[in-house]
Amino acid sequence: MLDLVGYGAFFLTTALSYGLICLGLNIQWGQTGLFNVGVAGFVAIGAYTSALLTTPETAGRLGGFDLPIVIGWLGAMLTSGLAAAFIGAITLRLRADYLAITTFGIAIVIQLIAVNVQGLTGGPFGIGFIPRPFGTLAGNALAFNLANLAVVAVVTGIVFLALERVTRSPWGRVLRAIREDETAAASLGKNANFYRLQAFVLGSAIMGLAGAIQGHFIGFIAPENYLSAITFQVWAMLIIGGSGNNRGALLGAVLVWALWSASGPLISAIFPPEQQARAAALQIVAIGVVMVAILLVRQRGLLGEAATVSRHLDGGEAEAADSDA
Amino acid sequence: MNLQFLADGILVGAMIGLGAIGVTLTYSILGFANFVHGEFITWGTYAALTLAGGIGLLVGQDIAPLGPFSIGWPVLVAGLIAMVLTGLLALLLDLLVFRRLRRHGNAIIMVMASFGASMALRSLVEFVFTSEPAYFSRELQIAIPIGLGIRLTPDQMLMLGLTLALVVIMQLVISKTQLGRSMRAVSENPALAQVAGVDVAQVVRLTWMIGGALACAAGIMAGITVQIRPFMGFDLLLPLFSAAILGGIGSVPGAVIGGLIVGLGESLAVQLIGANYRAAAAFLLLIAVLLVKPTGLFGRRD
Repeated sequence: MLDLVGYGAFFLTTALSYGLICLGLNIQWGQTGLFNVGVAGFVAIGAYTSALLTTPETAGRLGGFDLPIVIGWLGAMLTSGLAAAFIGAITLRLRADYLAITTFGIAIVIQLIAVNVQGLTGGPFGIGFIPRPFGTLAGNALAFNLANLAVVAVVTGIVFLALERVTRSPWGRVLRAIREDETAAASLGKNANFYRLQAFVLGSAIMGLAGAIQGHFIGFIAPENYLSAITFQVWAMLIIGGSGNNRGALLGAVLVWALWSASGPLISAIFPPEQQARAAALQIVAIGVVMVAILLVRQRGLLGEAATVSRHLDGGEAEAADSDA
Repeated sequence: MNLQFLADGILVGAMIGLGAIGVTLTYSILGFANFVHGEFITWGTYAALTLAGGIGLLVGQDIAPLGPFSIGWPVLVAGLIAMVLTGLLALLLDLLVFRRLRRHGNAIIMVMASFGASMALRSLVEFVFTSEPAYFSRELQIAIPIGLGIRLTPDQMLMLGLTLALVVIMQLVISKTQLGRSMRAVSENPALAQVAGVDVAQVVRLTWMIGGALACAAGIMAGITVQIRPFMGFDLLLPLFSAAILGGIGSVPGAVIGGLIVGLGESLAVQLIGANYRAAAAFLLLIAVLLVKPTGLFGRRD
């Protein structure tokens, strides 16, 4: 029974850390309509930054600086945000899919750096001994898992509430206005590119934070954690849960991660051991098919975006508009 | 400085250029950045590999390679069939996914669907063929000196010749034929083209066919000169996009010249910094183009 609770806590911790990435993506895609194909890259930047800042000094590698974990997390948000500002400043003024191509490119370049620049990233072996928030509890698996869950849940909760507020703020309204009709927003004096850049940087900073939290939760990071499959999973989570809706982002993360975790044992039950590595590819096939099917059949996902989010208009009117959508 | 890197760059660049023609055509005519293009490369190559193996089994005896090349006639025949099959795969995907999404008119949703489809297709190849590299031929090739300290294998020379032929044919099709005129018209303005009597649906279908077939050809070339892997198309995707944007979206000569520049950039990076950073060259070129001249070398403003 206690094992089950422990596993449940472990599962939810991982799922919520993905949920956090989804929340970041939701600001970019759900609210602003920016297509970021480099999620893995921004998550990696955050994870590596925080690892460098908080690990004890290591021979043959820059740092570590042995700083408090919170500093690592703030640093993660800063570097991921800066990377996004760089990419965004170049591409957001151009046609929309150039952002997709450039973010795709930066994820590849970050993967290259992670594998090759050993003095910064530890190379293919990655970085170990990343301090865990409740490392002293590590002897007691249950307490450790619950403490981790509490940390991730609190951070995700704070980000969620902040984003809910932001969505309903005038700033959030401008983002949606730009997404729906850029010319109209511009004619009201809104600098579309600057707002897009802000949303892109904010979303990427949240992804960086999520990457850092994952790193501290597992205690070890390596380049293969940040392949394009992560980007793809997170996209599937957001689209299935319902883009434009922060609750949908979290729901999608838990749901897809549950399916992913459940399909692992399923595959080992069906396929003989020597075939399991290749059969794991089928998980990705399934997610890809579901993702395309959702785009074809129900683009709003499970929860979808509420037609009215303003607190001034909440009530019967909003309900009616929602059922029309 | 050893000039061999020039030859390597041109060889890789020719292959990238060939793939980028498909990217640039689908981009300008269908209006979105198609991430499945990398999978057309992979699927086409594996189709050719399977067909060549099948032909070998049917004939039942060892087929000697042609002349100085490492491959026999079955690979050439299989390659032609695979090009048609890849074109059909592109059509099928359009029928199942993209045609329906086109009605919504949101290009980014199409990009996203292509991203999802590419992941599914790539993993399917990985499942069927495993991630072990495969080869068209195990024959060893001896590089022949061609002057200036540059050496090329007969296979590489054949690939360069075939690429050149395909590029010239494509350019003639686009600039001289009725089909090419229709394609350019649809890329300018689909609604106006429709009114002027162009069968837009037909143009879209042919664009998919041509893009798929050329992707397959580029993949087979990579397969013959390097190796065949499930990630070969994915790894080419960034260079392909860079080449297409560098050349200017919609321009066939632009895509080829863009491909050559990216190929040369990559081999220069290998020469100067090391093979590990090859992929970064395409990204840096992409950033440079977007900063300096986002419409590319031969693109028009839009």
